[in-house]
Amino acid sequence: MSDNPVFAKIQSEIDENPVVLFMKGNPMFPQCGFSAAVVGALTQMQVKFKGIDVLQDGEIREGIKAFSNWPTIPQLYIKGEFVGGCDIVKEMYEAGELQKIFDDKGIDYKSA
Amino acid sequence: MAMDAAHIESLIKEALPDAEVHIDDLRGDGDHYAARVISKEFAGKSRVQQHQMVYDALQGRMGGELHALGLQTSTPEA
Repeated sequence: MSDNPVFAKIQSEIDENPVVLFMKGNPMFPQCGFSAAVVGALTQMQVKFKGIDVLQDGEIREGIKAFSNWPTIPQLYIKGEFVGGCDIVKEMYEAGELQKIFDDKGIDYKSA
Repeated sequence: MAMDAAHIESLIKEALPDAEVHIDDLRGDGDHYAARVISKEFAGKSRVQQHQMVYDALQGRMGGELHALGLQTSTPEA
């Protein structure tokens, strides 16, 4: 797909962890309102996820944008698949579509 | 760096001529916008693809010059 070395690193993160959120800050202390909103939705659903703080790693910060063809952070991956950024995740959460993805992919969550 | 709403709208319409575009300047600072974009071109596309089309229209400004643009996309009949 590309010879960008950071892509392999990103690929292994999303292969090894069922739910991965590339975000600014960490899940305990998000450094940006958009990242915080997605953490909020996942926490509400009690979904286990790995937060990757792009502020700690400039290569991932730029690399993930090219990898997903998506210009902004946060970015949510479920089972290796890019689901969306803050607006999409929020919309899907409110419409019950995020819950459906977790059902389909066999990921535990608590329904509201 | 800020961008004015009319400029955002014109870039989107250049790429998606049929689009209906509504832009709110959320804080009145020319830096935090919410946009609703309605276009026939979105039909049959996933949300991710629809947003990518709008980001493409903005030619790399999103995430740079344009810090915050909340986005909602839909097709006319939806």
